[in-house]
Amino acid sequence: MTALSIRNLTKTYRNGLTALKGIDLDVNRGDFFALLGPNGAGKSTTIGIISSLVTKSSGSITIFGTDLEKDPERAKSFIGLVPQEFNFNGFEQVKHILIAQAGYYGVPAKLAEPRADELLHQLGLWDKRNTPARALSGGMKRRLMIARALVHNPQLLILDEPTAGVDIELRRSMWAFLSKINQQGTTIILTTHYLEEAENLCRNIAIIDHGNIIENTDMKSLLNKLHKETFIFYLKSVLPNDFTLPIADYLKLDDTTIEIEIDGDTGLNSIFTALTQQNIEVCSMKNKANRLEELFLGLVEKSEATL
Amino acid sequence: MNSSIHYRHWIAFYTLFSREVRRFLRIWPQTLLPPAITMTLYFIIFGNLIGTRIGEMDGFRYMDYIAPGIIMMSVINNAYANVASSFFSSKFQNHIEEMLVAPIPNYLILAGYVAGGTARGLCVGFIVTLVSLFFTQLSIAHVFITFSMVILSAVMFALGGFINGIYARSFDEIAIIPTFILTPLTYLGGVFYSISLLPDFWQHVSLANPILYMVNAFRYGMLGISDIAVTTAFAMILTCITALTCFALFLLHRGTGIRN
Repeated sequence: MTALSIRNLTKTYRNGLTALKGIDLDVNRGDFFALLGPNGAGKSTTIGIISSLVTKSSGSITIFGTDLEKDPERAKSFIGLVPQEFNFNGFEQVKHILIAQAGYYGVPAKLAEPRADELLHQLGLWDKRNTPARALSGGMKRRLMIARALVHNPQLLILDEPTAGVDIELRRSMWAFLSKINQQGTTIILTTHYLEEAENLCRNIAIIDHGNIIENTDMKSLLNKLHKETFIFYLKSVLPNDFTLPIADYLKLDDTTIEIEIDGDTGLNSIFTALTQQNIEVCSMKNKANRLEELFLGLVEKSEATL
Repeated sequence: MNSSIHYRHWIAFYTLFSREVRRFLRIWPQTLLPPAITMTLYFIIFGNLIGTRIGEMDGFRYMDYIAPGIIMMSVINNAYANVASSFFSSKFQNHIEEMLVAPIPNYLILAGYVAGGTARGLCVGFIVTLVSLFFTQLSIAHVFITFSMVILSAVMFALGGFINGIYARSFDEIAIIPTFILTPLTYLGGVFYSISLLPDFWQHVSLANPILYMVNAFRYGMLGISDIAVTTAFAMILTCITALTCFALFLLHRGTGIRN
C-alpha cells in the first residue's frame, strides 16, 4: 500500500504564482523518502497541502488509502508534521505542548503522558520538560518539534528541513533517531538542503523544480546516473614535474594536492595504478562535492535550461 | 466507531478548552485583575460618589441599578478580548498550525475557543460580582434568566472575538473593534441609565444596540426591571449567536486568515 499518493496536484496562489504544476508522486509504506528542490521549487507548498496548511487549486491526495478531501479527519490522523519554522506557543511548557498536541488527535492525557515522557527522554529534553518552550536552545526547539509530531504515533512523518541551522553533532543524532523510527515502521518524507542527509537516510527520492517533478527514482539508480565524480587526492610527496595522467582530467591545486575528474568507465583502481606507476603515494582522498549534490545541480540546471 | 469518534472529539475539545483556561489563569494579572480594579473604580465613582447625588433610578438606589450592567459589561468585554487575543496570538506565533494539521473539525476549534472565552467572561463576572458585594446587596429576582443571559451574552461576544481574531492581521486590529465599537456600544447600552431618560429619537436608535438587550435582560433577572421585553432580548441574542456561528464556520471552512 502507498503511504502517500499525489495526483495532478496544482497550486496557484492569489498573487498569480503557480507553485505546483500538476505533480504526481507516490511514497510507499515504510519508505524513507527525500523530496528535494531549490528554494521556491514547491517543496513546502506540497508539504503544506498534504498537511492541510495550504489549500490546493486542484488534484488529489490519498494518505494510506484515505482521500484527504473526502475524509480529512481520518487522513490527517496518519500524519505527523515537523514544519520548517518553529510554530509552538513559546509560553507553554514543553510537556504541555506535547500533551496538548496528542489531545488534538483525540489521545487522552493519561495515554499521552507516558508517550510524551518516552519521547522527551529519547530526544534529550527530559530535563527541560517543565521549561517554557521559548527558553529552549535552537537545537532543543527542533527536537521538541520532532517530539510533538510523534506524540500521537503517526504512520507518516513529514519533516520540512528538520536539521536547518543545527550543529553537526545534533544533526547526526537526529539522523540516528529518524533511522530508528523508520526501521520501526514509520514512513518518513524529508525535505532538506543538506544533500548528504538525503543520501545517507533516504531510499527513494523526488526532485522538484519550478513546480514540476523532474526526477523520481530510488537513490541508488539516481547515483548511478552520475557519470563523473571529482576527487581530491592528498599526496605523500611533492608531485613530480613530469607528472601526466592520460586517463583522466586533472588539476594541480598545489605541490601535494591534485583534483581528478573520473568518469564511470575509468574507475578509481585505474587512477591508483597510474599514480603508483609514477611512484606517487596517496595519503588520503575525498569527494570534491557530495555525489547527490553534483547530480542535483546537474538536474536543476538542465530543468532551468528547458524553461 | 461513532462513540470512539465522539470520544476523540471530546478529548480534542477539552484539550483546547483547558489550554485556553490555563492561558488566562497563567496571565491573571493581565486578564482577571484589571477588570476587578476597573469595575471597583466604577462602583466607587459612579455608584458611590456620583450615585448618591443622583438618587433613585426606576425605584432602585443608583448603585443597585448600575451593578447588573457593570457585571454584564465586564463579562462581555472579557469574553470578547480573550478569544480575539488568544486566536490572533495563535496565528501570530503560528501555533494555530498545531490544530490545523490535526484531525479536529472546524466546529470544535470554534467551540474550544468560544468555551474558553465564555469561561473567562464568567470568571471575571464572578469576580466583579464579589467586588460589587462591598458596595451593594445583590439579589436575584429570576435565577434562570440571570444565568442564561450572562452565559449567552458571553458566548455571543466570544464568537465576535473569534471573528475579529480571524480577520486581524496585527495586534492593532484586535484593539480597534473593542475601542471604537464595543466600548461605545456598552456605554450607550443602558449600563448607567434607563433609556426612558432619552428623547424618543435616541430611544429608537438605542434599540439597534444589542448590548442594550443583554444589560436590560440581565438587570431584569437580578432586579426585576427592564426597558425592553425579555423575550425580545433572548430572541435577539439567539439570532445573533446563530448568525455569528454560521459566519465563523464559513470563515474557518474557507481558511480566511489562517490558510494560504
